[in-house]
Amino acid sequence: MDTRLSEDDLAFQVEVRQFLAEAWDKELAATYGNIATMKEGAEEWQTRLYHKGWVAPHWPVEYGGTDWSVTQSFIYNSERAAVGAPEVLPFGVTMVASVIIAYGSDGQKEKFLPRILKSEDWWCQGYSEPGAGSDLASLKMRADLEGEEYVLNGSKIWTSYAQYANWIFCLVRTDSSGRKQEGITFLLIDMDSPGVTVRAINTIDGFHHLNEVFFDNVRVPVENRIGEEGKGWTYAKSLLVHERLNIAEVASSKCALTVVREEAREEINGGKSLLDDPIFAKRLTDIEIELMALEFTELRALAAISEGNPPGPESSLLKIQGTELQQAIQELRMDVAAYYSGTLQGELTPAGLGHGFADTAQKLYFRGRASSIYGGSNEVQKNITAKYVLGL
Amino acid sequence: MDFNLSEEQTLIRDSIARFVSENYAFDQRNAVVAMEHGFSAEHWQQFAELGWLSIPFAEEHGGFGGGPVDTMVIMQEFGRGLVAEPYLATVMLFGGLLQAGASEQVRENYIPQIIAGELQGAFAYLERQSRYEMTDVVTRADKDGEQWVLNGEKTVVLNGGAADKFIVLARNAGEQSEEAGLTLFLVDASSTGVQRTVYRMTDGQEAATLSFKDVQVEAVIGAVGDGYALMTPIVDDARLAICANALGAMEALNEKTLEYCKTREQFGVAIGSFQALQHRMVDMFGACENVKSLLLRAVCAAQDDDVDARRSLLALKVMAGRAGRLIGGEAIQLHGGMGMTDELSIGFFVKRLMIINSLFGDADYHQQLFAALVNTPASSAAA
Ligand SMILES: Cc1cc2nc3c(=O)[nH]c(=O)nc-3n(C[C@H](O)[C@H](O)[C@H](O)COP(=O)(O)OP(=O)(O)OC[C@H]3O[C@@H](n4cnc5c(N)ncnc54)[C@H](O)[C@@H]3O)c2cc1C
Repeated sequence: MDTRLSEDDLAFQVEVRQFLAEAWDKELAATYGNIATMKEGAEEWQTRLYHKGWVAPHWPVEYGGTDWSVTQSFIYNSERAAVGAPEVLPFGVTMVASVIIAYGSDGQKEKFLPRILKSEDWWCQGYSEPGAGSDLASLKMRADLEGEEYVLNGSKIWTSYAQYANWIFCLVRTDSSGRKQEGITFLLIDMDSPGVTVRAINTIDGFHHLNEVFFDNVRVPVENRIGEEGKGWTYAKSLLVHERLNIAEVASSKCALTVVREEAREEINGGKSLLDDPIFAKRLTDIEIELMALEFTELRALAAISEGNPPGPESSLLKIQGTELQQAIQELRMDVAAYYSGTLQGELTPAGLGHGFADTAQKLYFRGRASSIYGGSNEVQKNITAKYVLGL
Repeated sequence: MDFNLSEEQTLIRDSIARFVSENYAFDQRNAVVAMEHGFSAEHWQQFAELGWLSIPFAEEHGGFGGGPVDTMVIMQEFGRGLVAEPYLATVMLFGGLLQAGASEQVRENYIPQIIAGELQGAFAYLERQSRYEMTDVVTRADKDGEQWVLNGEKTVVLNGGAADKFIVLARNAGEQSEEAGLTLFLVDASSTGVQRTVYRMTDGQEAATLSFKDVQVEAVIGAVGDGYALMTPIVDDARLAICANALGAMEALNEKTLEYCKTREQFGVAIGSFQALQHRMVDMFGACENVKSLLLRAVCAAQDDDVDARRSLLALKVMAGRAGRLIGGEAIQLHGGMGMTDELSIGFFVKRLMIINSLFGDADYHQQLFAALVNTPASSAAA
């Protein structure tokens, strides 16, 4: 029973801090934080990580990853979150790369992995369809083999950042005769192919991240198929349990809670700081106590993985509790912003209104509603926990 | 015991419901909100013609002489359609304050104009430092000969963009958060020294930050130094009104969510067949019923000037804030990805509920007022 860091780990922590102090500067944070320049910001951040060798720490070393221990990954994530630096967008580095590494051909590995490392490709994830959300296996988008090409017809929805992407990985239906999980194939698709169109979906946070992607007789060479035809579901599922180390995002939540605490301290009601308001203090500390518990639940899960146990359905609980706490913090921040949480300040009004954080608080609050919906909704995660953890 | 509406009230409710169903479908509302000032001048004229703008005013000024039940009926129906026209700002707040405290001459001048739909107003009370403490006012009112002059700033003034006139809460005496020494002034929006910065709220309505530099007021509303006492019952009426509005919005959200859960299919069945979701919808329904009960309780108490009136009103504001958040959050969640989009009205209802929660103080703030009220020993409360 010992959770202290070793000498080596402490040295690693110093190295991470030094790197972040240089690599995540204010200018980059501003570029990344602005919707108009977010893509540039993300690419620059990834490039700096790439030069340090840390853009894909979880990949095998032979493809450009690191040999970090679970503790080192944890240290890196905590330090990164503490300075407000973002996680690398998962679609390329984490999602499709894991599948390519595990099931891709040598040609696919050679073609795609270096480009992902260098941020030369921007990937998006085409799983969900209008009729296939929680019930993903009921997806219908067709891929019909004609000679050496698949011909694709159908649509994908909720595709995050498809407007920036030049590649999309999709689950498509190649056979509808058997069980719905069978007959699903995993394809890599060049977004520049004729017949691909992207429609923006306006969202409640006023930030363009969601899209619908339409495929009209899009031709994809067979060599862009991952593994075997009809095995796509198995590949995709293995990806879902893969690399869920940071799923609870405890480190970011700790950082966010500190920010809210400081904002609340400055907020004066009738001569008294909001922090001295007993109801507010209870809400804030309720969250903090749960976060302390979750931090150790996460550490216990990490320890199990480092002892060689594969990540299991326990990660569902981390996701549920992690997102609930994120949402509770976002909600609390809205309440700190009071009236200003309801104003659309943006560029419209001078910062003169005061409460400069209200605008961000509001966007994060509304965007944050999605964290309990995507990546398997919290209801679906509870179903999984009930079935596979509790055996119900 | 009678929880039924009168015949007249039923008529008003039905006519507003008809208006909403004919004019406030999702696309129609989007078009209205996109208009200048975030509402339709044409609708406002229609409200005047239908007599809705006259309802809370006294008969001697051409009003209908309505009470809290009438207000509830109107605001609840408006809430169901997320009606954007500034009934709260112009009729309830601006009009309410004129009626309560203005000189007979000012009332005779302006109340008929409000009723005719010709005058837009706004109540400017909030300041950047005041948070929910309405007495925390540093905008100054000073006397220059016979003329009162204002200097200072007001923020998040609802309907501040369209308003022809404002009623401004300013300090003529006393310390920053004292109740005494506050006075209400009528100010014409086009007066020299008034500057307004207009912006939208998340639900589409317009608000403004107003700055005053040596602005000459048009009239004093009520007695000098007595503004807080004068505005308190009017703000309480407005609290009741927005809670009714919130109830309408919650009812609409629950109906929409229920409908969605009955029609959206996953795993070959309607998602409404999952018990996990059924229980959640029962909780949403229960929360809505609670708000309805406290609203009726507060309305009845207000109507009879009951000792229970303030306790019920504070309880209502707490409950409406909490229930609004629960129902809003669940409505998005149960709609899945669709709940995140601006392609359905769900998000707009949620935003309206969030704004209502913060108006005049959020649920936590009201719970403290409630605690202070009910935890004070009866003997000292009477003193
Ligand atoms: C911001 C955001 C980004 C996304 N990014 C991507 C992306 O990049 N690529 C991609 O492919 N997809 C993406 N998604 C889609 C996401 O994975 C789906 O929204 C999610 O799977 C839910 O599907 P749905 O929206 O169709 O909701 P539905 O499945 O229709 O669910 C509606 C409600 O029913 C509940 N429910 C469903 N089944 C059950 C059950 N069996 N028991 C109890 N409750 C149930 C759900 O929890 C939810 O509350 C994104 C979604 C969002 C909101």
